Parts: sequence; C-alpha cells; structure tokens
Amino acid sequence: MTPPVRQAIADAAPPRVSDWLLRWETILVLLLFVVIAGNTIISSYFLDIYNLSDATYNFSEKAIVALAMALLIITREIDLSVAAIIALASLATGLASEAGAPLWVLLTIGPAIGIVCGAFNGFLVTGIGLPSIVVTIGTMSLYRGLAQVVLGDQVIKNYPKDYTAIGQSYLVSWPPLPYSFVIFLVLAVLFGIVLHKTAFGRKLYAIGNNPTAAKFSGIPVERIRFQLFVLTGLLPGLAATLLTARIGSTRPNIALGWELEIITMVILGGVSIAGGSGTIPGVVLAVFILGLITFGLSLINVPGIVISVILGCLLIASIAAPILLRRAMGRPKRQA
Amino acid sequence: MSAILKHREAALAAIILAMVAAIGAYAPAFISIPNIVRVLNDTSILAMLALAQMMVILTRGIDLSTASALALAGMISASLAQYHPDLPVIAYIGLAIAVGILLGLINGGLIAILGIPPIVVTLGTLAVYRGMIVVYGGGNQVNASEMGDTFQSFPKLTLFGFSTLFWIMLAVALAVWLFLTMTRTGRGLYAVGGNPVAARYCGISLPRLEILVYTIAGAISGLCGYLWVSRYGVAYSEIASGYELTVIAACVIGGVSIAGGVGTVAGTLLGALFLGVIVNALPVMQVTPFWQMAISGAVILAAVVVNARAEKRGVKLILPEARRAAGAAK
Repeated sequence: MTPPVRQAIADAAPPRVSDWLLRWETILVLLLFVVIAGNTIISSYFLDIYNLSDATYNFSEKAIVALAMALLIITREIDLSVAAIIALASLATGLASEAGAPLWVLLTIGPAIGIVCGAFNGFLVTGIGLPSIVVTIGTMSLYRGLAQVVLGDQVIKNYPKDYTAIGQSYLVSWPPLPYSFVIFLVLAVLFGIVLHKTAFGRKLYAIGNNPTAAKFSGIPVERIRFQLFVLTGLLPGLAATLLTARIGSTRPNIALGWELEIITMVILGGVSIAGGSGTIPGVVLAVFILGLITFGLSLINVPGIVISVILGCLLIASIAAPILLRRAMGRPKRQA
Repeated sequence: MSAILKHREAALAAIILAMVAAIGAYAPAFISIPNIVRVLNDTSILAMLALAQMMVILTRGIDLSTASALALAGMISASLAQYHPDLPVIAYIGLAIAVGILLGLINGGLIAILGIPPIVVTLGTLAVYRGMIVVYGGGNQVNASEMGDTFQSFPKLTLFGFSTLFWIMLAVALAVWLFLTMTRTGRGLYAVGGNPVAARYCGISLPRLEILVYTIAGAISGLCGYLWVSRYGVAYSEIASGYELTVIAACVIGGVSIAGGVGTVAGTLLGALFLGVIVNALPVMQVTPFWQMAISGAVILAAVVVNARAEKRGVKLILPEARRAAGAAK
C-alpha cells in the first residue's frame, strides 16, 4: 500500500505500523464496520438492498455539497450559506416550473443560481477581503431571506412528472441506485482524483497550511479560493435540483439547518477546521457512517432530534479520542 | 486606536438614530415613549447574549451552542416551576444559571483542555444540548398555564417604566464593562485575542481564560433561558432555534472582529439594538415579516464591509521591493 518514495526526508522518522493504524481513515473504516454490524443486529430490515438504496436518498444531496465544502475548509475558508443557496436554487426551479419551462431549464437553473450565489460569497471574501464565516452568516440570512420574501408562506408544488422522476426513480434498476447517489459517487471519485493526484489539489493543501507562503510561492491564493466558493455554490445548486425533484415541493424552510450537518460530515471525515489537511476518502467514509447511523436509528424509531444528540456526541468524541490517544502514547500534540 | 473605535460606535449610534427618525417620520407611533421602552425591553435578551458572545469572540473563539444552552436551561427551569410552582423566583433563575454554567464548562473544558477548535466543539454541543431537551422532557412542552405565576411574573415587573429584563441587561452590561476594562483577567481577553503568542510570553494562560469565558457565556445563556421561557410562556425543544447566528450578527454589526481581540461593550449593545430596531420596525412599516431575514442579512453584509478595515486580513509584505512598490502605490 505504501506509495513509492520519490524524495526521502532525511530527518523524518520512518513510518511505523502505529502510524498507519492511527490514520484517520483506518479509524473511520472500523467505525463504519461497527455501525453496519450494530445495525444488522438491531434491525432485520437493515440489510435489505431496497432499504439501503432508499437510505442513500437521505444523505446523497448533503454529501454532494460536503465534497465542495471539504475543499473549501482545506483552504481555511468555510461556507455557512450552502443550505440557503439550496433554498434559493429550489425556489428558482419552482418559479421556472410554474412558468412552464422545459426540462433542461429546470435541471440547469438551480446550478446556475448556485454559481451566482457562490460567486457573490467569493467576491466578498476574496475581493473585499472579509472573513468567510461572517460573510456567509450574512449571505445565509440574505439568500434564505430572499426565498422567504418571494414565497411567503406559500408552497410550490406543481412540478412536471419527467422532472420529479429524476428524484424519485432509480438510474440503475439493479442494484437499485438513485440518480443522486450515483452523482455523488461520480463526483467523489472526481474530487478524489483532483485533490490527491493533481497539482491543483496540492495547491489547496499548500494554501491551507500557509496561505502567505503559498502566495509567495506563486500560487494565486485568492483566485483559487474564489473558484472554490463558486464550486461551493454550484454543488448546492445541483443538490437543490435533486432535492426538489425528490420531494416535489419548494418551501422557504427547505434544507433548513443542513449547513451544520454538512460541516459535521466534513469534520468527521478528518478535514481539519484549521485547514491544510483532510482527504476525500475520509469524507466519503464519514458520509456513510453518518448516513447509516441515521438510517439504522430511524429504523428502530428513534426520533430525529435524539439522533442528532448521538451524532453531536460522535463528532466531539471522534475528534477528542485521537487527541487523548496521542497524549496517552506520550507523543507530541499535533495541532488540530 | 480608541479614537477610531469611539468614532465607529458614534457612527453606529448615529445610523440607529437616523433609522429611528426615518421610521418615526413614516409611523409616528414608533417614536412614542411606550414603544421605545418596548423595543429596549425586547432587545435585552439579544443584548446579553451578544455580550457573552463578544467575550468568547475576543479570545478568537466562537460559541454556536448558545441558543441551544438557552433552550435547555429554560426547559429545565420551567419544569422545576411545573412541579414546584411555589418556590421563590430566585430558585428558578438560579437553576437556569447553574445549568448554563455546567453547559458552558463542558464547552470550555473540551476547548481548553483537549484543544479541540471552538467551532467544532460548539457545533457538536449545539446539536447535543438541543437534543437533550427532548431526551429530558420526552418531547413534551411546558405551557404557560403549567408554569405558575411566580415563574412568569418576574420578567413583567417594571421599575421606572422598564421591565426587569431591561434592568438585568443593564446590570450584566455594567458587570461585563467593569470586567473587561478594570480587571487584569478582562484585559487578558484582549491580549490573547490580539496576539496569543505575545500574551503567552506575558504569562497569560489561554486555557484558563477560555474555560472562564465559555462558562460566563453559559451562565448568561442560562439566565436568558429563564427570561425567554418566562417571558414567552412556553418551553419546548425548538425555542430560540437558530438564534445563535442572530447573536453573532449583533456582535459583527457592533464592530467585534471575528479574528479576535477587538470589541467593546458599547459597540455590541448598539449592534443588538440595531437588529432590535429593525425587527420591531417591520410591522410598524407594514412590511411583511417575511422580509426580516433578508434585511438582516443585507445589514450584516453592509456592516462587515464598513468594518472591513478592522477585519482585513492583510498579508505582510516582507520583500523590500514589494514594500517599496506598495508605498509608491499609496
């Protein structure tokens, strides 16, 4: 499994088995097995292929957004407005549908609105130089607020059948794979390749580890961050298209609170909130862990808010455990 | 530096006055004394939460769990009132504050002792504290009729026309101001936020201060939990849901730098008042409440752009030629 060493670092200690065992992804794989085993024991309905396929509906849209969010957090930025972008993009899709727009418009208007919202975030952060957490708290209110202004307490429900079919039918009938899940898998592979196998991906880590040094190395830090903000608008737009097709309605509170669930996926996936580290396989594993825990617990009728307690504890415990473990093993503390 | 800060607060105060005058010109009822008192009473809880949040942000932290802690403390306090409606009111307030302190200590301990980033810890406890309301209360809500009169009448008492809510807020603001300006520990909060490395060389302990501010933030959330529930007469799992972002917005409008080390009591109070005026003005202006969120979003963005000078993350130019070029450009 070890990649060929191109340049040996003279003063670095040789890799040890414990290094590999303590890798975040290894821990996540173990956790995933525990979740699957636990669910299988608790409920006999869990390992049903159609049940599992339906379970993917509940996390695929969030997971698509989490991929873009991961890249953004690796470069020390964050976007809290993603759920609000979903609301605005879903509204645009709804208005287009009420105006009788053809299918291709319904499928592209969400991502297009997403790109506009993302570019606005990116402009405020990289163009004016404002902290992204504050900017996106503001745009989160602004985008969802605009959706609320237009919709009021109304609901848009009349979507054409050929559009809702995308959210409610399988792309592949055996094994049953919904469109959103397949799109997530394809994007995950794409993002994995870009982040881990291209120069662009290495630049993201360089920016996250030391933006100043990256700038002086000739990396266009602000331009890349802007592109990532646009991407973090595009993918919520796409998620909105899929979500709206699946539930067949648009309300102002659509996807409310998703930003925190999406960030939880990314952090549990091992992406450091301080930037500069994290992997796509880690995020994908975290998506499955969170999705299957939620699905398993809802199978045994645990209320949603109790599930969120469990997921919140899991988030803190999963970050705290390695820190405690490293301290117990007497190794120098790694900055989280 | 303080001249600039005073200037910024004066500007914010002027904007608020201009806004109130403009609303008053449209709807004279808005600037009547009873209505102004109502707006101030209404904004008191937000102001207290914003002061707590400001102290946390000063240390380069953030507390996303504040609304959840408020809701949990309020729920527990209300259920004490439900089963023991005849206790003195201080018992209900004390219990809410005690619950808040415990929740704040959990945040502070995880952040200071384990070194987990504040945004991660409080994102987790945001979900956990709110969920605990359902685990604790079994998903039931406590209604006004079940809480008893002692519990509910306290925030409605008035002194010189203002409710106890307002006077408590004034007391909290005064205490925070004294703490931040007159005590060594309070100055330490600015030091660790402004330059953590220098603060450490001066012998200021960041972990100790972190535990302190998150605990204070918890205590204030707990107090506000009692006030919120007793004022609105209902306790259930969704109260103040999402309010943490309004609180942070009040800080940002008030000129608190999210990068730490910059922020004042006066600015934060004005930031809260700004949002309070907007929320209360919309119905007077006959604007549908659906506009509220979009307007506060636009206001937050305008405020950060205006405050951009304090917030700007400049990259220090180290090459002599680059510095000369930048100097020439000026």
